[in-house]
Amino acid sequence: MSKLILAVIEQRDGKIKKSSLETVSKAAELGQKLGYETIAAVPAASVEESEKIAQYGIGRIVKLSNSAFSNYSPSGYAKAIVEFAKENGVEVLLFSNTAMGKDLAPRVAPLLGAGIASDCISLEVQAGELVAIRPVFAGKALQKVKVNSAVKVFTLRPNVFPLVENSTSANVENVSIDSPDLSTSVTEIKRSAGKLDVAEADIIVSGGRGLKESGNFHLVEELASALGAAVGASRAVVDAGWRPHGEQVGQTGKTVTPSLYVACGISGAIQHLAGMASSKYIVAINKDKDAPIFTIADYGIVGDVFEILPVLKDEIKKVTSN
Amino acid sequence: MKIAVCVSNVPDTATKIKISAGGKEIDKTGVSFIVNPYDEFAIEEAVKTKEKFGGETVVISVGDDSNKEIMRKALAMGIDSGLLLKSDGALDSDGVATLLANEIKDGGYDIVFMGKQSVDFDTSMVGQLTASKAGINCITVCVSLTIDNNSVTAEREIEGGREVVNSSLPIVITAQKGLNDPRYPNLKGIMDAKRKKLEEKAVTAPSPLVEVLEMSLPAPKAPGRILGTDSSAVPELVRLLREEAKVI
Ligand SMILES: Cc1cc2nc3c(=O)[nH]c(=O)nc-3n(C[C@H](O)[C@H](O)[C@H](O)COP(=O)(O)OP(=O)(O)OC[C@H]3O[C@@H](n4cnc5c(N)ncnc54)[C@H](O)[C@@H]3O)c2cc1C
Ligand SMILES: Nc1ncnc2c1ncn2[C@@H]1O[C@H](COP(=O)(O)O)[C@@H](O)[C@H]1O
Repeated sequence: MSKLILAVIEQRDGKIKKSSLETVSKAAELGQKLGYETIAAVPAASVEESEKIAQYGIGRIVKLSNSAFSNYSPSGYAKAIVEFAKENGVEVLLFSNTAMGKDLAPRVAPLLGAGIASDCISLEVQAGELVAIRPVFAGKALQKVKVNSAVKVFTLRPNVFPLVENSTSANVENVSIDSPDLSTSVTEIKRSAGKLDVAEADIIVSGGRGLKESGNFHLVEELASALGAAVGASRAVVDAGWRPHGEQVGQTGKTVTPSLYVACGISGAIQHLAGMASSKYIVAINKDKDAPIFTIADYGIVGDVFEILPVLKDEIKKVTSN
Repeated sequence: MKIAVCVSNVPDTATKIKISAGGKEIDKTGVSFIVNPYDEFAIEEAVKTKEKFGGETVVISVGDDSNKEIMRKALAMGIDSGLLLKSDGALDSDGVATLLANEIKDGGYDIVFMGKQSVDFDTSMVGQLTASKAGINCITVCVSLTIDNNSVTAEREIEGGREVVNSSLPIVITAQKGLNDPRYPNLKGIMDAKRKKLEEKAVTAPSPLVEVLEMSLPAPKAPGRILGTDSSAVPELVRLLREEAKVI
């Protein structure tokens, strides 16, 4: 029997998450390099988009199915994955490091006697072994690790691993989960109305104490909306109650890796930088030329947010409508 | 109700990280350690839970004598007693969780509070690993919590919203900012903490499953460009974002 890599897939509203497809791409690549077979497992009530999984290189799709699995159940999903992995002798499990993956992977690992490396930003085969790199101390340092147990679990940071098209044909197997463990289950999802989350956004516009008061945050929101971006915040303005904690970027907020991060009136304290320094491009607008944010910005304007933000918004609208 | 709160000792978040000579750890010289910020929410919730339901609270930490300082802080915030699981060998998250799980099973705890993540190695998994090993329930990243007899309802933060999760005792709850407002220890609390029992138990570290091959600092970023001092720099900024960075 060939060895197996399992990519665990996450759906929201019947759609497969982009981060899961990144995980599929990586699993397919590793499978090829190691000569392992790859399987995608979808704990779900129904799977609508199996062809997407096949598009990124995994044709064998296993639906771990139960009608209760339309919502996430930490206990139910974990048990279903563990049983499937045991029965089939799965050796490597990949999850994406999302709210669900972070919650689920560490429940699964001990039940398989597996060690786990979380939030990896690189996973490569070196001398026949899987070697991962994970940021520690909020990105202030990097750790290169390998997992020494027979079964190995990795969670991959979203937005870091590329999607690689590698089409194959989809073949969905149904494994029905007859007596799911529903001792811990989601009963309801409360969405923050229509808002894009900083953890998933490709562009983020963040505001800090330089905005002076919460009433001025519309400047940040309008620029964000012109860019199709999520709104982020420094801890100073979250603590002041101007913005919800879900928007806080930094060591005790969210770690983000968008392609573009625009920091407006943010000084760039070490705890803030920790959460956003690995963004691909960083723009800083701050009236203090010595603000630490400029040490990591690609482009900066040393000026007044009240003067610059409205002009920037108009200019963006102009060029993106062309 | 028997309530535990698990705390980890982490470098102050303002610490500048240096790598030790062996190249696998951080250099701890001159680094000051604090209670992991998320554990303050866990401590507060443990104290509040006892205030509501009665019982006893214990702060548990796996580590060495240097962990006692943060444990005293938990005692000063109102936790009844402390238990230091003193381990000599190197520990990974799995090892910490094994030790905590043994203690929690033996101690017959109803509820165990932890932080959602330690801000040192950022692994975010000791809570889930511990629950999995102890065979009890777990809800992570909680921003609200209701306990009613045996049943537990919590809201956890997810991308773009919250999930409402139902479960039952015994359970591990990991705390996210927003769960509560941690109290500051007052003078009386600090004085009381000195008299509270802080027990030590020697434990053997299980062998780590994850091996650190190397630790390094990320490559420093090349200095960026200052484009101007007012809105006249905006067109150039937008041009660069489009043509050079290609991000808009
Ligand atoms: C344990 C711990 C954890 C922390 N975690 C986080 C975290 O996760 N995230 C986080 O962000 N912080 C965190 N912090 C806080 C951090 O240390 C800073 O206090 C915070 O980031 C500062 O926010 P700020 O940049 O908005 O405010 P400030 O530091 O006050 O900066 C405001 C900036 O605005 C500029 N400015 C003022 N007026 C204007 C204007 N008109 N136009 C342009 N610029 C202007 C000023 O020059 C200044 O640089 C943490 C701190 C601790 C101790
Ligand atoms: N050495 C330890 N002793 C006690 N509790 C710990 C220890 N390490 C981690 N924890 C708990 O586990 C939580 C998550 O940590 P981590 O999985 O390391 O990110 C922390 O917030 C603590 O509550």
